[in-house]
Amino acid sequence: MRHAINVTVIILVSIFALLFIADNVQWMPVQASAEAKLIDWLFNLHIDIIVVLYVLVNGILLYSVFVFRRKKDDPSEGVYFHGNTRLEILWTVIPLIVVVYFAVLGAGVLRQTLEAADDELEVVVTARQWAWTFEYPEWGIASTELNLPVDRRVHLVLHSEDVTHSFWVPEFRLKQDTVPGQEHHLRLTPTRVGTYKVRCAELCGTSHAYMEAPVNVMTAEDFEIWRQKRLGIYVPPEGEEAPAEDPVALGQRLATSAGCIACHSLDGSALVGPTWKGIFGKTETMADGSTVVVDEAYLHESIVNPSAKLVAGFQDLMPKNYGDILTEAEINALIEYIKTIR
Amino acid sequence: MPTWLRIVLGFLIGAVLGAAVFVGVRAVGGLPPLADDLRPLYAMAVFSGLVGLMLGIDRQLGLPRGLVGMATGFVVGILATVGIRSLMGLTPWDTESVWVVASFVAPIGFLLGVGALSDWLRWIVGIHTPDQHGPPPGKPGWFRYFGFDQNHKVIGIQYTVTGILLMGIAGTLAMIFRTELLAPGMQFLKPDTFNTFISMHGIVMIASILLGVGGMANYLVPLMLGANDMAFPRLNGFAFWITVPSAILIIMAIFFGGWDTGWTGYAPLSVRTFMGVNFFMIGMFFFGFSSILGSANLIVTTLKMRAPGMTLFRMPIFVWAVLATSFIQLTATQFIGLSFLMVVLERNLGMGFFNTALGGDPLLFQHLFWFYSHPAVYIFILPGLGIVSELLPVFSRKPLFGYRWIALSSMAIALLGFMVWAHHMFTAGIPNALRLPFMYTTMLVAVPTGVKFFSWLGTVWRGKLFFPTPMLFVLASIAVFLIGGLTGPPLATVPTDLHLHDSYFVVGHFHATMFGGFVFPFFAALYYWFPKITGRMYNERLGQIHFALQTTGFYIMSLTMARTGLLGMRRRIADYDPAMNIQNLHIIMTLAGFAIFIGVLIGVYNLVVSARRGEVAVMNPWGSRSPEWQIPSPVPEHNYEEPFEVVGNPYDYGLPGTAYVRMNGHEKTTAPAALPAH
Repeated sequence: MRHAINVTVIILVSIFALLFIADNVQWMPVQASAEAKLIDWLFNLHIDIIVVLYVLVNGILLYSVFVFRRKKDDPSEGVYFHGNTRLEILWTVIPLIVVVYFAVLGAGVLRQTLEAADDELEVVVTARQWAWTFEYPEWGIASTELNLPVDRRVHLVLHSEDVTHSFWVPEFRLKQDTVPGQEHHLRLTPTRVGTYKVRCAELCGTSHAYMEAPVNVMTAEDFEIWRQKRLGIYVPPEGEEAPAEDPVALGQRLATSAGCIACHSLDGSALVGPTWKGIFGKTETMADGSTVVVDEAYLHESIVNPSAKLVAGFQDLMPKNYGDILTEAEINALIEYIKTIR
Repeated sequence: MPTWLRIVLGFLIGAVLGAAVFVGVRAVGGLPPLADDLRPLYAMAVFSGLVGLMLGIDRQLGLPRGLVGMATGFVVGILATVGIRSLMGLTPWDTESVWVVASFVAPIGFLLGVGALSDWLRWIVGIHTPDQHGPPPGKPGWFRYFGFDQNHKVIGIQYTVTGILLMGIAGTLAMIFRTELLAPGMQFLKPDTFNTFISMHGIVMIASILLGVGGMANYLVPLMLGANDMAFPRLNGFAFWITVPSAILIIMAIFFGGWDTGWTGYAPLSVRTFMGVNFFMIGMFFFGFSSILGSANLIVTTLKMRAPGMTLFRMPIFVWAVLATSFIQLTATQFIGLSFLMVVLERNLGMGFFNTALGGDPLLFQHLFWFYSHPAVYIFILPGLGIVSELLPVFSRKPLFGYRWIALSSMAIALLGFMVWAHHMFTAGIPNALRLPFMYTTMLVAVPTGVKFFSWLGTVWRGKLFFPTPMLFVLASIAVFLIGGLTGPPLATVPTDLHLHDSYFVVGHFHATMFGGFVFPFFAALYYWFPKITGRMYNERLGQIHFALQTTGFYIMSLTMARTGLLGMRRRIADYDPAMNIQNLHIIMTLAGFAIFIGVLIGVYNLVVSARRGEVAVMNPWGSRSPEWQIPSPVPEHNYEEPFEVVGNPYDYGLPGTAYVRMNGHEKTTAPAALPAH
């Protein structure tokens, strides 16, 4: 009985201490979606149960290790008892209730994350080795960055062109695989303005690690400006000239978001495609034996129509739709950026 | 001819022959005899040189004969494919087709060479072959460990040693890619190499665990049941030897571009990746035969060969665990073999099982794959948890708390294990009508697992605990498996899994279940039965150092993995975004990983050296009631001179005057005073 009281006190004190610590730990990245709030609430509930069980098991185990040790030359055996049906039933039934309760909570949260809304913004997400494309069918625009207005329900329609990928934005806490030949859906409401990244979470081949694209959650006004710019109908308010973005900086950003660097290295190593290091001005030998001096026109052609001229030693693997995804200004920015990689 | 000369000549002849075969095969394929990269040629020469060396030591050795058979199988398969292709009017040489066919033939060549089929082939033509007793006449004692043998203890040791070797290979791969992850950016590996290494780390570890499980089960189950051997000794030998060519095939993948799908081999990526994936999948296909046949053997042995008086509920608890594991292995392994075979067929013959455009479904692969691979996790951990339940009473000097509940919880886990597979697919795009029921069934697994934990606590409570190395590993098993168990429910609950799935949180969870459920108990078992197997004691001090390094290293590593995953680190990535600020966590994980690696090396060193030079062990160093400790060590060729009779419960420590078994007319009560001080 004395031991039972001791261990109970130790366990209770430790549980409260650890719960206090656990509740003050920042377990997750920032919450950037309404779903993140729900999921974090459930996760924190899990953490509380984990703390209780962790302390309970380790408490009894460590207490036994320190208190019930065999003294040197003690010839006696432990106290003889071999079971207790009531206890066994108790520690079968209580966990059963707890896990079923958690499953019920889980089902409830899942239902909330799946809810559709009338005014939701539809974005078609296409994954391929190793880049993301985002299309907004409502306006017929496409982008290599996922731009979303804050506080508006978003409906992502996910496709894959080749193998299974997975759409994961840790700050949104949501993940959905993209499966070739199938269409899957994910709904979310961004709640925090900021820049995040969608990271492919399903191993998809060589450059899987680099299959990331920016996710920009914007105010409704900024989103509207971006949309108009994208459509080429943006008129800046009077007296306010839009500052021209440095093309090299834009190109550098696109090189990541459009997935270029997943196949074209910047350090001279040969990946799936030719390296960009020192490529501008170089004379490349084509698969058909001809030679081409790499200039702006050649780079432009290689981006919008990559099959036209194929560098010897490489396969015709580059997507053919960059001309549709990127604007003329973006293509030129990319070319300017490529020129700087010496 | 002196032995050294035979060895040297064997190596040289082997190397030259190997190189000649290599060049010859290339010539048959119409390739230039020498490639620019000479490393495969060197590897082949060294490998065949080693085979020659072994044959130089003794021409009757099974292992090198098997390897020669395997090489012959490859050559036959290659020539047959080239021949058939030319008859069909195709280009005679197609690297992938040629090697795929050859990979199916090679394991058969190995089995013929090693002698695993000899008796059966003789039976077919009506020749009677006697059971084998002891090493072959005129051969030294070590000889039988390197060839086909029917004794369950020899096979158990063969399984265990092969398992540790594979664990070494897979662990080394882990150290290489963990070093790569010390800093963002690629340091010294290419992405493809990194992806191949993580894939191979996973599957080789799984093979190693299956071998470890087979080792423990084969050595211990007949001994614990009072049987002189397994029910089907030849089948037992066959089940071990088929794992060797399978493991070789898997490792060969590295010479054919590797593969980058992870150990899960998800289609359609596995259909499109490098041709090394064929070797991995065909290797696992053959490996499955070992699981199926070995478990059938164990089930029959357990059900039919128990000592008089040993009712099911008087069996040692480890036997219950093995029985539960065997039921899973016998019924689920077919599914992984099937799913991998379908990928090989889709790759090579264009059968579109997993291709939507051809009427297939990519998710079909995941269903088939996880229908085995989730229960497989219980194959790995149930025997380990059985070891914990088996050893805890001995070192607590108390009965196992709730014996029946623990025994039946293993069965409950085995049964539930079949009903949870789709929880690996919560984010894969399955309908909610599947997600919800699988969330409930998965959560239910926590109940029988909890029963085990609480019963272990009931076992140590008010005992007289003592702490030699095996007990330290048992306690660490519980502490580590607890992490694995507690990180399970957040993954089983669909909404939290939407964040955690395919993150490093899963990596931490999985490694904690594998270490707590297999690696720690496996080492506990190795240290515990080491005196029984070798007749000598291991070094206690080295055992403690091994324990300290592995336990602290693993605790830090798995918790850091889980933490990094919450922050957004994906699993299986060759490089990570420096903007995530997780480099420090990666440094911690890598250092902790090295601590584990060094700990295991010290452990293996301890066992190898102590097997030859350790103190001679007393007959029953732990004061165990179990029958195998009542006979001399090492165990005689046929285990028990006379069959024993079960007269009590296996774990009634602390009940004076009782015994579990009566042997040669004596009830084997344990005298606690005889216990050594620890």
